Amino acid sequence: MALFQGLGERLNHIFSKLTKRGKLTELEIKEAMREVRVALLEADVNFTVVKKFIASVSEKAVGEEILKSLTPAQQVIKIVRDELTSLMGGENVKLEVASKPPTIIMMCGLQGSGKTTFSGKLALSLKKQGKKPLLVACDVYRPAAIEQLKVLGKSIQVDVFERGLDNPIKTSKEAIKYAEKFMLDTVIIDTAGRLQIDEKLMDELKQLKKELNPTEILLVIDSMIGQEAVNVSTAFNDALDVTGVVLTKLDGDTRGGVALSVRSVIGKPIKFCSVGEKLTDLEPFYPDRMASRILGMGDILTLIDKAQEAVDEAQVKEMEKKFRENSFTFNDYISQMDNLNKMGGLKSVISMLPGMSGKLQQLENAMDEKLMIKNKAIIQSMTEKERENPDIINGSRRMRIAKGAGVQVSDVNQLIRQFNQSKEMMKQLKNNKRGGISALMKMMK
Amino acid sequence: MGIFGNFFKRIKYFFTKNELDDNFYDELEQTLISSDMGVNTSEEIIEQFKQELKSRMIKDVNGAQKVLREILIDKLKFEEVKFNYPLIITVVGVNGVGKTTSIAKMANYFNKQKKSVMLVAGDTFRAAATEQLDQWANRLKVKIVKQGEGADSASVVFDGITSMKAKKIDVLIVDTAGRLHTKSNLMKELEKINNISKREYPEAMHINLIVLDASIGQNSLAQVQAFKESVNIDGIILTKLDGTAKGGVAYPIVKELNVPIVFTGFGETVNDLSKFNVEEFVDKILM
Repeated sequence: MALFQGLGERLNHIFSKLTKRGKLTELEIKEAMREVRVALLEADVNFTVVKKFIASVSEKAVGEEILKSLTPAQQVIKIVRDELTSLMGGENVKLEVASKPPTIIMMCGLQGSGKTTFSGKLALSLKKQGKKPLLVACDVYRPAAIEQLKVLGKSIQVDVFERGLDNPIKTSKEAIKYAEKFMLDTVIIDTAGRLQIDEKLMDELKQLKKELNPTEILLVIDSMIGQEAVNVSTAFNDALDVTGVVLTKLDGDTRGGVALSVRSVIGKPIKFCSVGEKLTDLEPFYPDRMASRILGMGDILTLIDKAQEAVDEAQVKEMEKKFRENSFTFNDYISQMDNLNKMGGLKSVISMLPGMSGKLQQLENAMDEKLMIKNKAIIQSMTEKERENPDIINGSRRMRIAKGAGVQVSDVNQLIRQFNQSKEMMKQLKNNKRGGISALMKMMK
Repeated sequence: MGIFGNFFKRIKYFFTKNELDDNFYDELEQTLISSDMGVNTSEEIIEQFKQELKSRMIKDVNGAQKVLREILIDKLKFEEVKFNYPLIITVVGVNGVGKTTSIAKMANYFNKQKKSVMLVAGDTFRAAATEQLDQWANRLKVKIVKQGEGADSASVVFDGITSMKAKKIDVLIVDTAGRLHTKSNLMKELEKINNISKREYPEAMHINLIVLDASIGQNSLAQVQAFKESVNIDGIILTKLDGTAKGGVAYPIVKELNVPIVFTGFGETVNDLSKFNVEEFVDKILM
């Protein structure tokens, strides 16, 4: 079972040549960063942003002590992810609320970035929080855009204010008056999509900002955007000094490098992620999850953290010694299973592995939790001597064990076969003395 | 435009020295990757460029410019899609790439070629999608076949083909719901639309064109790949080239997935569409 895919796998490959522990050296960092760079570029992080990021992370990583419980590859990934997370803002930033209602939220962005759908989602989410939102249709350019917002508004039972193809400033001002009159506390203004180099339309937004003085100006960006992210976000921010960013369409398979590009170029917080076509699919932005996603790492870091908690260091050392001496026994097997349970059980471990969520079903068949319980029962029906010296388990012993555990002899045979295979695997791992957690995990199969 | 300025103006400096150093290739790599070409393609092109310069002993900026341009043009070679009539074009793509606008532009394009055009409002999913297409049909004075929101898109397509045959229309352009390529039920719907149109009008030429937004990055590759798994993709309409986005992701798509670019879109008016021109495309990347 491949544990680390994508970046993790490539890093492991580089570090597999190394045998000593201790500090990360400059050369190791350089090799690792080459892979990190490719991973970031493939995730569409902007070229110049990648360059700066790599330089700053390399500096931090050189001389870093490798935590006892991590492999060097994991250590590098941890440094990279921590840095990504802190660059993207550390924590989730909430929407501002105006001291005197209504709060005015103005959308802006390119065509097709998902402003109208996001406006609807935001209105629904505010409504659920007990607020009274008003949607304002100011996209007077795209055919039927106003109609689209009206349909959305109707489906979530939120008022939509429109004045047809009237001037957006006039329409918005009337909408604010309307909101004041009917005690609606949040006015969401959906504007037309525009290219950041379209001066006429950018001026319109500047005018709108000047006249309305919005509490929030949210830049809506398609999370699949490429290198262009930098030009787009810089231009919108220069023109409007936006207050936050919204990433849409994150439910696809995009890695979302845009989050890093935008954040590091304009320095504004990402306030929401929009993750689906249904109007309920709105999520706050979590920088740590995004970091894993950009690296194509699933929740691997969470897994590493959990593994650190579950397995104490002395135990790891002992286990590694056993790997080396190839003296692994059924007792060790059981203690590993217990560790796995401490990490939240097999299913939760698998679901945290990158690229695994889709294969969960398939894996479940191969790594049935029930089977593991059964295996535990079989081992517990062995005598201490049998557990320590599995070679002595002959035919009649197998029969006795099967009866004790309430299983068939074939089940016992299967477990012993599996155990021997694991041992065989460990022999191969013997050369790689950096077994650590990753070796432990591989053993779980 | 753009934050990087003109590549060849920037690199002139390097040619005044005797040898091209790493800085030069860094600049080149930045230019290529910034066009969304991806790491692999960029590295490949740089490697080829190095070899060509060496074997042809080119040391001046004009010569190098010519070589690079040649390589970039050469890498986008594919067989052109030739239209036969009657023609049924099914337009697919993820949400927000500009499908409906591209359809309007194509309708205008075929109109100008003196072909009769009919539109089919097959996006019965997005709010007001039918209205949007309807407004375009009115502006362009072309016929449109539609049902209401939530209707079965395959049945709208069926209506469209029946009407096309009866009225002897040359080109039928079918709009479909935008879908993230990771949603398999919506992809099945596309298969159904394809099957119906082939079954109902086997004599016609059937093509599926995927609309890609030039500002989207490496995910465009995944989009084409995923659609290709369900239906044939015969060509690309690359939109939003009027911005500063270069659409370099076309390179890995053409190379790895073997799908040609048919049209490019570069503006909001119906005239802002043309048949793909590789030279113009490459010059924009090097701009």
